[in-house]
Formats: sequence, structure tokens, C-alpha cells
Amino acid sequence: MTLMKTLMGAAATLALSTAGALADPALIYDLGGKFDKSFNESAHNGASRWAEETGGSYNEVELESEAQREQFMRRFAENGNNPVVMVGFAFGETLGEVAPDYPDTKFVIIDMVVEEPNVRSVVFNEHEGSYLVGMMAAMASDSGTVGFIGGMDIPLIRKFACGYVQGVKAANPDATVIQNMTGTTPAAWNDPVKGSELTKAQMSQGADVIYHAAGGTGTGVLQTAADEDVLGIGVDSNQNYLHPGSVLTSMVKRVDNAVYDAMSAGEDVETGLNVMGLSNDGVAYALDEHNEDLVTADMKEAVDAAAEKIANGELEVHDYMSDNTCPAS
Amino acid sequence: MDRLPGWADAVLVPLVSLLLAALLSALVILGIGESPVEALRIMVVGAFGSTYGWGYTLYYATTFMFTGLAFAVASHAGMFNIGAEGQAMLGGLGVALVCLALPWPHWALALPAAVVGGAVFGALWALIPAWLQATRGSHIVITTIMFNLIAAALLNYLLGGVLRPAGSVESATARFPEGATLPTLHDMLAPLGISFSKAAPVNISLFVAVLACLFVWVLIWRTRLGYEIRALGYSQTASRYAGIGPVKIVVVAMLISGGLAGLMAVNVVMGEAERLLLNPTEGAGFIGIAVALMGRNHPLGVFLAAILFGFLYQGGGELGLWTSIPRELIVVIQALVILFTGALDNMVRMPMERAYGALRRRRKA
Repeated sequence: MTLMKTLMGAAATLALSTAGALADPALIYDLGGKFDKSFNESAHNGASRWAEETGGSYNEVELESEAQREQFMRRFAENGNNPVVMVGFAFGETLGEVAPDYPDTKFVIIDMVVEEPNVRSVVFNEHEGSYLVGMMAAMASDSGTVGFIGGMDIPLIRKFACGYVQGVKAANPDATVIQNMTGTTPAAWNDPVKGSELTKAQMSQGADVIYHAAGGTGTGVLQTAADEDVLGIGVDSNQNYLHPGSVLTSMVKRVDNAVYDAMSAGEDVETGLNVMGLSNDGVAYALDEHNEDLVTADMKEAVDAAAEKIANGELEVHDYMSDNTCPAS
Repeated sequence: MDRLPGWADAVLVPLVSLLLAALLSALVILGIGESPVEALRIMVVGAFGSTYGWGYTLYYATTFMFTGLAFAVASHAGMFNIGAEGQAMLGGLGVALVCLALPWPHWALALPAAVVGGAVFGALWALIPAWLQATRGSHIVITTIMFNLIAAALLNYLLGGVLRPAGSVESATARFPEGATLPTLHDMLAPLGISFSKAAPVNISLFVAVLACLFVWVLIWRTRLGYEIRALGYSQTASRYAGIGPVKIVVVAMLISGGLAGLMAVNVVMGEAERLLLNPTEGAGFIGIAVALMGRNHPLGVFLAAILFGFLYQGGGELGLWTSIPRELIVVIQALVILFTGALDNMVRMPMERAYGALRRRRKA
């Protein structure tokens, strides 16, 4: 009994000494790391935007191992952070177990659906956005061959690839798409050198526009594309600025909006499913001063028309993850 | 060169190395404008200040004990088994297949079966490199590194398709049946009236790891096979002259090593995740090398070094939670400890041996 008291006392002291203001939101990044110039960074941007605009503060942490998923969720929930936002589908299974233990804490998970009453699940229609950049790739290509470089070979990345191929074929049915995955382990998310090698390999096969969905690996893809004077396409966050004039566009997943919305709503964040697609500005192709010279009026017109059709349901882009197959290749 | 007395060799040298690593880490933390004292406090309190902290520290330590022992056994036979990572991945596959094969009624039945599954799969993954080394002279470092990559690709293939339940997004197997859930320390201590954190993943595999330490000690120092393994490790030609068959010993030592590495999955896959994920090892196979080096290939040393690395992992996690020290610097701190205790061992040992020798001569004179 005394042992327990001592331990609980120690735990309480720890909680008190380390806690920020109560009910601050918390953000857990996935293994790729906070500054991956991509998915996690987009979440970071959303959180910083929220902090700047409201003057609020939040806790954040980067993972080092799988076991820490559950650990950090519980630590934040017990610390009184609310809502607890986590970036990445890989948190799904664990959240399903943890969420019922903290009914008063709201959890927000991005890229995955978790059906618990205190969880908000934000998912994106990446295949729709990829379709649009696929069309642009096909129209910008002179050789009729375009490339796709994925990070780790998982169904989610095949969903990007499948949407992209459909878009390419829609704009140019004769086009060839070369597809490569960087690797089979999570290290594939953070291997710019391999990304660079794959880019060169695809170029040697004639590709002159290359789309990456590879997290940190993609920095190597875009760098090499810029160095070798072909076009790259960024992903997740707007990567046009990385190499102005060499990045055709970026397939933007507004993870920042999702995080910003969740943090703004605070403890009262609405739970349940939240699908972010073309119809509600969840995904988009990026157009700014860095790529306006690359995107022709024809291109913009065609893509905007397709986007509208997809948004109002006239055109359906096949979702690889609905049946694990892709009609185009 | 004067040899240090046993206690100084086993305790003092690692402690001094650790102190040097800590000092350098403190400088690194100072360099980014954080307080080293506060950082140390967070790490120590986070890892040892509560049963929650202990629970995670011991959980990581359990994993490192298995991989550390795996490296140590191979090391005694003169083999540098850098493939514990791949062997542990296959061990994970073995554990998962065993757990998913039957609707286990109780963990007491599932645990021995999973131990066998993990050990056999891990051991078999070490068999081909071992055989190639023993009969063809293909260097074990090269082949086991290659086998790490093959293991990762194999796991990815299986988890991406065959073993992934239909409709699942994630590359992972289905959840193991209820009956295959290992009791955590919380479950085990509750009947004794001791309260232990419910969240911490440390489980009964900790005791399996301790048993494995005992097993390795008996094997290496109390059996004929252990004697042959050590003899081969000291000199292959001499042991061959003594009638010890190097092919058999290399293969057997590597099988035991691979089996121990595979057992790590019992802790991680069965005890924590309760399903097989991609990359279940997360570099624990490589950490095992540092653990074994620091533990001087002795089971007791491995046990203690594993707890130190468990502390570094758990303490590092707490640093990430409550400070703005970036993840990369936490890895730097962990790496400094590995560098000083593993790679730079002689940097501390040699001056100490010299000092000890000088001291002794002066006393004699």
C-alpha cells in the first residue's frame, strides 16, 4: 500500500512538473519525423498556424518505436491534453484500444478510420488528387512516358499510384507510366539517395515527369528531377517552392487544415468520420508563383473541369483500396 | 601489459565509459540551449520513477537481452552475427504463425508453442549463412546482412498480401486470439497485492529472457558444447587439432544464436503488439551487438547492459515528450553511449591498465 502511494505520488509529481497548461492539444507525429517536408510537416504547419493565430500552446512528440504509439497517446491523455491529434494510419489499431480508456479525451486520427465515440477520423481522397496531377503529368510530358515513385510498398501508396495512372491515361491513353516503390521497410520513407537513383533510372527509360509519394525520400526525387532538368511532382504539402520551375505541381493533402480545424475546435471537436476530398478542399493540385509558368491554360482548364466532375460525382476515380486492384497500369 | 583485476574489467571500465558518454551528451544538450540536469532528471524519473517507467524500461530491456545473448553466443564461437535483426523478424513470423494457427485457450499453452515457433524460425534463418560460412567460407557478416534485407522483403511480401486480413489498410496480420495474450507484469503482480502500471507492456517474456540468460551461462561455461564453442572462438586451427569439428560447431552456435534472436519476438510481437507488424525489430538486432559488447559477452553483463539500453530508450522517449530536444539528438545521445561502451572500449581500458600497472609497480617498489 505504501509502495503504491509512493509510486502514485511520484507519478503525480511528474505529471505536475511536466504538464503544460491543462487541456492543451497534443500532436503525435509518425515515424517519418516532424520535418519530412511532407505529411508530418504539413501537420506541423497546421499546428503552428493554430498556435500563432490563437496564441495557444500545444505538446508535440516524434515517435522512435512502435511501442511508443500507445505510450504517447496514454501519456498525453493522462496529462490532460485534449484533443490528442495523431498523424498517420499506423496509429489506427492502437487508438482503437486506447480511446475507450479515456472517454473524456477526444482523439483525432488522420488517414485512418477508427470507430469509437470519442474519435474523429479524417481521411483523404488521395486517388482524386493523384488523378488530377496524373492528367497534368501526361499533358506536360514530351516523351509520353511519366514516372511514379512510391515510398514503402503499402496499399495506401498504391492508391496514389492507381489514381495517378488513371489520370495519365485519361489525358493521354497511349502514355506509359513507370512505377517504382522505394522499399519494403519504413526506412523507405526517408531515403533520399534511393529516391534520386530511382529518378535517374526512370529517366533512362524515358520518363520526363515524375510524381513521388514517398515522404522524405521524395526530396531526393525532386532534387534529382531539378538537377537533370525534368519535372517532378510533389506530394502531401505544397512542394513547388523546393525547386521553382522544376516542380510541375504538388498533390496537396490539406493535413494542415485537418489539424488546424481539430485544434481550433479544441475539446468540442466533432467526432466521427470526416472525408476530405475534392468536394471540400481536402485534396488539391498546387498552383502558385513557383509553377505558374509550367502550367498551361489548356492544362488548367482540363484539370479544373475534371476536378469539378469528380467533386459533383459525374466522374469516379477508382480507389485501389476498395478492392486492392487497379483497372489501369 | 598488466591486466586489470576482474571487478575493474567488468564494472569500472564500462562505468567510466558511461560517464564519458554522459559528459559528452551533457555538452550536446547544453549546445542546443537545454539544461542537461533537467534532461537527466526527466530521463531518470521517466525510466525509473514509476512502475509505468519501469514497465517500459524492462520491456525494451527484455528485447535487448534476447538479441544481446544472440550476439554473445555467436561471438563465443568467433562469429560476428550481424543478422539478429533478420533472424528476429523471422522469429516474429514464427510467433505470429503459431499464435494465429489455433484458437489458443490459455496463454500457458500458447507461450511454450510461441517460444518454439520463434526460436525455430529464427534459428532456420541463421542456418544458411552458418552453413555457407562453415563449408564455403562465405563471410558471415556479409551473408547475415544480406539475410536481414531478405527477411524484411519477405515479411513485407507476406504482410502485404497473404497474411493481411481482407479489407485491412495496414500491412499487418490479424490480431492474435484472446488466449494468446501474455500476462503483463500488472496482471502477474495484482494477485500479490502489488500495484503495477497497467499501461506498461512489460510481460512474462521478461522471465523467459532471464531464463535465457541462465541457459546461455550454463551452455557456454558448463557444457561440453560450450567448451567446444569457446575453443573454436579462440583458435579454429587449435580446436580442429583437438578434434572439434568446426562445421558442426559453427552451425550449431549460429542456430542457437538465431533461435535466441527469434525469441525476442515473443516479447514484441506476442507480448506487446499482439499481431505481426512490418519491421517488428526496429533495430533491436543491432542494439544487441552493443549490448553484448558492453556486457562482455557474459549473460550477467548482457542482462545489465540491456537494462541500461532500456533506460536509454524509455528515458529518450520521455525526453521527446516533455522537452523540445529533437528526436535526432536523442539518437545522438544513445549513439554516444554505444560508441563509448562498444567501439571505444580500449580507449578507456588501456590507460586504466597502464595506470593500474604503474600503481602496482610503485607499491612493490
